[in-house]
Amino acid sequence: MKKYLSFFRIRFIHSLQYRSAALAGISTQFFWGMMNVLLFKAFYEGDPSAFPMGFAALSSYVWLQQAFLALFMTWFWESELFDAVTSGTVAYDLCRPVGVYAMWFTRSAATRCAKALLRCIPILLVASFIPAPYGLSLPASLPAFAWFILTMVFALGNVVALTMVIYMSAFFFVNPQGTRMVFVSAADLLGGSIVPLPFLPDGLRQICECLPFASAQNVPLRIYGGDLTGDALLQAVGLQVFWLFTLTVLGKWMERRGLAKVTLAGG
Amino acid sequence: MKLYLNYFLIHLKSCMQYKTSFFLTMIGQFLVSFNVFLGVWFMFDRFNTVKGFSFGECLLCFSIVLMAFTLAECFFRGFDAFSSMISNGQFDRILVRPRGLILQVLGQRIEFTRFGRFLQAIVMLIYSVSNSGISWDLPRALTVVSMIFGGTVVFASLFILYAGFCFFTIEGLEFMNIFTDGAREYGKYPVGIYGKGVLRFCTYVVPFALFQYYPFLYLIGQREEPWLGLLPLVGCVFVVPCLLFWRFGVSRYRSTGS
Repeated sequence: MKKYLSFFRIRFIHSLQYRSAALAGISTQFFWGMMNVLLFKAFYEGDPSAFPMGFAALSSYVWLQQAFLALFMTWFWESELFDAVTSGTVAYDLCRPVGVYAMWFTRSAATRCAKALLRCIPILLVASFIPAPYGLSLPASLPAFAWFILTMVFALGNVVALTMVIYMSAFFFVNPQGTRMVFVSAADLLGGSIVPLPFLPDGLRQICECLPFASAQNVPLRIYGGDLTGDALLQAVGLQVFWLFTLTVLGKWMERRGLAKVTLAGG
Repeated sequence: MKLYLNYFLIHLKSCMQYKTSFFLTMIGQFLVSFNVFLGVWFMFDRFNTVKGFSFGECLLCFSIVLMAFTLAECFFRGFDAFSSMISNGQFDRILVRPRGLILQVLGQRIEFTRFGRFLQAIVMLIYSVSNSGISWDLPRALTVVSMIFGGTVVFASLFILYAGFCFFTIEGLEFMNIFTDGAREYGKYPVGIYGKGVLRFCTYVVPFALFQYYPFLYLIGQREEPWLGLLPLVGCVFVVPCLLFWRFGVSRYRSTGS
């Protein structure tokens, strides 16, 4: 366990180096958040009764989504990992006395945490100063905040476990680009990063909420604003744990299958 | 022009060498923007209208913006990748050739993979033209053309402006994406719905509203003055300061020495 923790630290510090990129990211995400809030406001003014969640909860959702974008973005890939498989440098990783899956898992998680940490604070600060229904409001309640923190961790685990499945698929396909693209567009739509899940039409929404994609940002961000409470909350957390377990097992299994027949080109 | 045609053919040939990769990327482009379309659809499924615009009308607006952006990105991509051209010294080579600078930069890169997105824009345009309930006549049809043309020019100017900044910063400035990608993302709805402040910005600072919002109002019959259809052409004036800035950048250019 200790070696993974120190590996986490190394990657974390490494990713903290890119500060100017973070600055650019902050300005873009801030703009994105603002436009999103304005957009939903236009819909809200048209027909408040059709709005599936409180407006303040939605604003919080948008701002948190932008602040923690780096934790949950599905289009972000560590190309080095794909390259490692295609070019054969994965052999070095295999020589180390650590599991490839666990190491890559820690690595992805660390990069995401570092990126998010650099970006989130200014966005959260500014967003909380924006007047009431449009800015980031305080969490719905203290327990909600505690749940929010807990589910954030699960959500991150879920995103990384999902991407790990794709990384592992590199062992089976020479060019994983196709799987990657389909995965990204599915995850974006079904995970609530294009429109929050409560806005999806009935029927589709219920299906989406059971899928692993919904166990990512959807859960913590909705808990924060008080949109997800009571039994629905417990159910969502249960699903998160379930998917985290299933995806990790799937990823590990793929790792074993992939490594069993991996042949390295020399050179 | 002949030179550009040559560049065009070379790029077409080179990307046809890797057909699978080319089509995969194209499908990817399509899927990503199709997602955005689904997002719009879901919102209208729930709300029916936004500030008096119906789904068909918004789709028309969306398809025009998407088409303008795609055209600009397809042909002016060279400016988008300009920072790498400066840092690897390729621009020095361009400077010593006896041909126009802009033409050569343009010819460096032509993205055919954008056709995935372009295809979607066309399908959406056809669908919305027949379903938006607009009574079409000649001035309105011409307005659509001028909107697409004006939009392409504005996006292209932004790419040129972006490249102009690269002369001073060497690295690409990511915040410029706010204007290009941001306009594509949020241009799917008429800019008027975002409120007065955004509309004012999009009229006087970066003329998005000139090719998207005002002529669009004429198109769907909310305003009756046909001269609104000419506004996109006024928006094209935006290219002048951008080109001047680019010129200024060239005159201050110092090679990175690599």
